[in-house]
Amino acid sequence: MHARVEGVTRIYPGRSGQPPVNALGPIDLDLYKGEFLSIVGPSGCGKSTFLELLAGLAEPTAGTIEFEGRAVRGQVPEGVGVVFQEDSSFPWLTVWDNVAFGLENEGVDPAETKRRTDFAVGFMGLTDFAKSYPAQLSGGMRQRVCIARTLVLQPRLILLDEPFAALDQQTRLLMGDELLRLWRETGATILLITHALDEAAMLSDRVAAMSARPGRLLEIIPTGWPAERDSRIVEDARFGTITARLWTILRDESMKAIGRTESRESA
Amino acid sequence: MTRYAWMRLGIVVGAGVILEILFRTGVIPRLIMIPPSEMLASAWQILASGEFKGDFYFSLLNIAFAIGLSVAGGFLTGLAIYSVPLLRATLEPFLTSYSAVPPIVFYPMLIVIFGLNRIPQIIIAVMFGLVPMAINTINGLYRIRPVFLKVGRAHRVSALASVFRIQLPAAAPYLFVGVTLAVSYSVIGVISTEFILSASGIGHQISFAYDNYDNRAMYGLVVLLLAIATLLNSTLRYYSHRMLQRWTR
Repeated sequence: MHARVEGVTRIYPGRSGQPPVNALGPIDLDLYKGEFLSIVGPSGCGKSTFLELLAGLAEPTAGTIEFEGRAVRGQVPEGVGVVFQEDSSFPWLTVWDNVAFGLENEGVDPAETKRRTDFAVGFMGLTDFAKSYPAQLSGGMRQRVCIARTLVLQPRLILLDEPFAALDQQTRLLMGDELLRLWRETGATILLITHALDEAAMLSDRVAAMSARPGRLLEIIPTGWPAERDSRIVEDARFGTITARLWTILRDESMKAIGRTESRESA
Repeated sequence: MTRYAWMRLGIVVGAGVILEILFRTGVIPRLIMIPPSEMLASAWQILASGEFKGDFYFSLLNIAFAIGLSVAGGFLTGLAIYSVPLLRATLEPFLTSYSAVPPIVFYPMLIVIFGLNRIPQIIIAVMFGLVPMAINTINGLYRIRPVFLKVGRAHRVSALASVFRIQLPAAAPYLFVGVTLAVSYSVIGVISTEFILSASGIGHQISFAYDNYDNRAMYGLVVLLLAIATLLNSTLRYYSHRMLQRWTR
């Protein structure tokens, strides 16, 4: 077991006399070493909150989270890397300096920093842009910079919070291939948060479907894909079956999420 | 130089040429002003003779002190107000309404306390320059994208390293605006106090020449003062432009 989540909930205190908001849980989830697991769910169900709890960026109201047998609480453990939904590349640093950021922060030897940064930059296909600033790159390339910045630290668990949400469909498919290549070559465990059912179905070993708020895991579907796969797997008949199954589970939950939005707007 | 820099230079030179023609044709009487060519000649003469060397040294040192104190003090004030919620709630309204207060009104009081020397002049200049620096520091820190701070936490960056490696660079465009304003206001603060009452300095010599109808010396000094202010401003503008280019191109 690589990471274990037991009875985790997250309740936000109510503002100005409002009742507390039950955002998440309770959730139980075992994450196996080296697997690729995606979590899908309707907007506002607490997917990103769950990722922040697992990363140690926030603390659960109740329950326990363990990574490699050690409790995670309020601090990102060594060996865990996070890639965020928004472009988080630092605009004041070049691509190379962005990628080297974590190593320099940890005081890694300069020669080692150079070797690992050059590798990560090359691995993500950014060698020709190493001296460019993020503002000179496309959205997809900037997200690759962020992935390289996480990859360079050689994390054993990579948490991705809708990293391709802002990209067009073709770029998303290609970035998905890059992610699968990264996963195979590093052997890291990957947890991907996404709202795209096809993306989850294509990339993952298992897909967990989450309910509308407060987010709970409704079902975990194993895809059965071989490790050697890429975006062409969308042609496989089983891809349609998995995506359809996910939609069947999530349709009612998405309706609930929309209904909640509508009632809020009309209030 | 860029096309726009050439255009700006063209406007300045063109205005100088038009003024020169107006003097030479007698449209502007010499009693009011002297022609630009004589202003430049006088400025050159002042530089070559070293006549006001002591005054320049006095003013430039005061300006340097004022800039240093305004930038450092404004930054630390802004950082403290941003970081401590109690200070933020208490002092922020003061800062935003401070621009309505002309610090120069405190000059006579400061002369009584410290005497007629550089200290009251530097204090007034700092009163001019510190607040814009503090306001821009607070603005810059407020506008740091939260995801940058999350990246810092995800990389286990310490609180101190986060300030220097993430928060300051992220706030840099606003800090630079603050520095530019602090420099301009420091120059204005020093020269205006010298103008009102001082025993030396460029402002004092301009005022002295004005009182003695010495137009030549007065305009020569004004030209040199403008050159110093323009040089300071252009240098800051150059670095600010270079930095912003990285962020936006």
